[in-house]
Amino acid sequence: MLRQIESFANRSPSFTDDDRKTVVLRKVGSAELNRRSVLQGLGVFVIAAQFMPTSAEAFETYPTNGLKMPNGVVNDPHIFVAIAPDGEVTIVAHRAEMGTGIRTTLPMIIADEMEADWGRVKIVQAPGDEPKYGNQDTDGSRSLRHFIQPAREIGAATRHMLEQAAAKRWGVDIDTVKALDHQVVHRKLGNRLGFGDLAHAAMSLETPARSALSFKTEQEFRYIGRGQVQIYDLHDITTGAAIYGADVNFPDTKVAVIARPPVVGAKIKSINDKKARAVPGVEKILRIPITPLGSKFKPLGGVAVVAQNTWAAMKGRDALQIEWDRGKYGTYSTKTHEKELRLVASKPGSSVRKQGDPDGALKKAATVLSYEYYQPHAAQAPMEPPTALARFKDGKIEIWAPVQSPYVARTDTAEYLGMKPEDVTVNVTLLGGAFGRKSKADFATEAAFLAKEIGGSVRVQWTRDDDIRHSYYHTTSVERIDVGLDENNKPIAWRQRSAAPSFKSTFGEDKGVQHDIEIGMGLENLPYEIANIGAEQCPAFSGTRVGWFRSVSNIQRAFSVQSATAELAVELGKDQKDFLLELIGPARILNAKACGLPGEFWNQYEPYKEFPFDTGRLSNVVKLAAERAGWGKTLPKGEGLGIAAHRSFVSYVATVIHAKVEDGTVKLPSVHVVIDCGFAANPERIRSQIEGACAFAMTTALYSGITFKDGEVQESNFHDYEMVRSDNFPFKVNTHIVPHPFSVHATGVGEPAVPPFAPALMNAIFNASGKRIRNLPIKGQLRS
Amino acid sequence: MKLRINGIERDFNGDSNMPTLWYLRDELGLVGTKYGCGVGLCGACTVHVDGLAQFSCLVRMGELEGKSVTTIEGLSEDGQHPIQVAWRDQNVPQCGFCQPGQIMKAASLLKEIQKPTDQEILEGMSGNVCRCGCYERIVAAVRQASTGA
Repeated sequence: MLRQIESFANRSPSFTDDDRKTVVLRKVGSAELNRRSVLQGLGVFVIAAQFMPTSAEAFETYPTNGLKMPNGVVNDPHIFVAIAPDGEVTIVAHRAEMGTGIRTTLPMIIADEMEADWGRVKIVQAPGDEPKYGNQDTDGSRSLRHFIQPAREIGAATRHMLEQAAAKRWGVDIDTVKALDHQVVHRKLGNRLGFGDLAHAAMSLETPARSALSFKTEQEFRYIGRGQVQIYDLHDITTGAAIYGADVNFPDTKVAVIARPPVVGAKIKSINDKKARAVPGVEKILRIPITPLGSKFKPLGGVAVVAQNTWAAMKGRDALQIEWDRGKYGTYSTKTHEKELRLVASKPGSSVRKQGDPDGALKKAATVLSYEYYQPHAAQAPMEPPTALARFKDGKIEIWAPVQSPYVARTDTAEYLGMKPEDVTVNVTLLGGAFGRKSKADFATEAAFLAKEIGGSVRVQWTRDDDIRHSYYHTTSVERIDVGLDENNKPIAWRQRSAAPSFKSTFGEDKGVQHDIEIGMGLENLPYEIANIGAEQCPAFSGTRVGWFRSVSNIQRAFSVQSATAELAVELGKDQKDFLLELIGPARILNAKACGLPGEFWNQYEPYKEFPFDTGRLSNVVKLAAERAGWGKTLPKGEGLGIAAHRSFVSYVATVIHAKVEDGTVKLPSVHVVIDCGFAANPERIRSQIEGACAFAMTTALYSGITFKDGEVQESNFHDYEMVRSDNFPFKVNTHIVPHPFSVHATGVGEPAVPPFAPALMNAIFNASGKRIRNLPIKGQLRS
Repeated sequence: MKLRINGIERDFNGDSNMPTLWYLRDELGLVGTKYGCGVGLCGACTVHVDGLAQFSCLVRMGELEGKSVTTIEGLSEDGQHPIQVAWRDQNVPQCGFCQPGQIMKAASLLKEIQKPTDQEILEGMSGNVCRCGCYERIVAAVRQASTGA
């Protein structure tokens, strides 16, 4: 990776003065004029364009929240593309690769739009530098959503520059030449020049104006939407050559393993490091300042054992004898916390949505049914535990780390060390899984702190125990739903109360109030056609670091709403799929005001006009999933189908699970998932994300419970924090992607298949066994 | 003591209690073998000892006298072992971190059982965790490598 970045830097074309002059002349001269003359002079062309999907029509630009993210989006080919004289095209991947395939997909889009041959494309990974590359926070299922348009613009601009260069070389008009499969051709003259031959001249041109660009039609795509391109790192992964966080090394690198406070904010009362110092290979023992809860992504602090190798550092850390003053959160206990959440959820909270008069309607209702669902903490537990290498040299810090947000890691680390961001570099390796954990780069800052302390190079290695015990956990939650029915059993009121500590507690003082993001994930936007709908949040406080976990608050929202929907259907003697569709009601665009919101829907911060909540699309995925899974078919005793649907990350997903309950365990012969994520840029990787989301969600539903006692996490490794394995994973995940043209905006993929999984599973288990599970995880509940 | 790593004879005189994993990674720079749990619960560190899969986090250096260890880097010259080929054909990996361990385990499984049934694959591979959830494709890849289909 290092070598690749260096060679890329060397290969970037350099400008000569002559080139600069040419650039200016061509930009003001022919390119724009030619474009204008085509549009003004050839009226037929313009008219025809209205009826035929020409390139200009095929890609009408639309706003996304990408423009409003810190440092926005960048669409300059000079930043993202370099072409070598031998024709090799180098494309920069600026988003982090944690398994979604984004490091392949965005460059693939650039390559397709510029007519490059994928076999001659090389990818290099950008360091954390948002002013240069645009936003790099790889989370929120938004890399494609925010960068599919800039990627096409980069590709089209590069193609335009190559065509400009060829036209100039041949002395012809640019409209008479065309880039095709790594060459620019002039059919009439029979001229051809490879991208390599044109590289210097083309890449020396200034970036053409957006208005000068032409785009490929969907029929012309070679890679986009085709799903034939394999992930760029596939060969390296299968040969062990792929580089992850712990795989970077320098001859003088020391390894540090850290004893962190067992309770967030606990202070050291006394320490005896005699035995640790006696471990062969241990060189230094250093203190890292303890930080209280609410310190954002700052290291927890503790005692670092710095050694010659990993084994010595681990042994040294284990030999430390530390007595901790447990402090404020030393009484945090899951048992009492759960009771507190249930208590606050039983009382009125503060309203986040009031459509009609939910409280009044519940009072008047002939029948009121109440359901309560509980979800404990969960740890992301990526296969690669947090790790980072940092080197301090000549007053500067350079980091190599598997981080989702390298620029945040850079600025946070600079701030922590009292350095300038320009004196900190963050290089991004492959991420061995992340699921939200590696958005918080406390581990990279730890490495940087220690590197500065010893004036050299240090790799911080978290053990699995460290990872399970010191995560930024998925929040706990109690979601209580009260439904009022009239005398004809028609639902007239639906009120949901959410008691869940907010991740705001990680960023500052905990006021017990949820963030807009958390409310927006399924609490404020229940898409049901019921006259009176209320949503309230109840005060809930955190006793540990809370952070985002693949699909975040959508997990508890889909779990509660979709479980309650099926429970209600059973109560009313209705088919669960039909009842779900009945509640969703007719196809319509949800309107925030009509829904009784004080403002707009949060909507993943996406502009609502472009990405509205369309209940028709939600119903459609429900119908398709039911149809494909054979909903309604007769199954043997002990087996059942369950259905659930949820919109998140502006995508619509429905899941049908076939469950078989036997001897207290559950097996899943098949799962059907239908996703409507707008235009599907890389269907093959969408399928792998759906399969992965099912396994991830199944682990959460079956096993994931992080529990606290006296402020300490009780679990430590995969024996008590279990994972779904090959012998109990969903045996066959059938994915159906609703087909759409490019004009239906691409939306999220990495996360949205997680939320509907758990309720579909609980509904399937109920239909198979009659057992209703309302508290996650399932663990031994099927045995009782 | 002497041992062979990927066919090369090595002398080891360090801490005989050190797990092989750290010798491979820290001393030899063979970083394809991954650390995932340290206690034999995830399989990310799987290597072959005398041809069969072992968790290198559990095998102490002292146990390797006269033994031959193969890591992912030594499984084939050019990445063309049938398991590696099948892994690419089936587009198995997502993040890829656990895959060297999965591949080493699968290669060993096929040595023990030439044509495993699906059930034997599922059970045989159950010591290797993939948090990304590539299991369905792992099974397909092992099946392809064993049957060519």
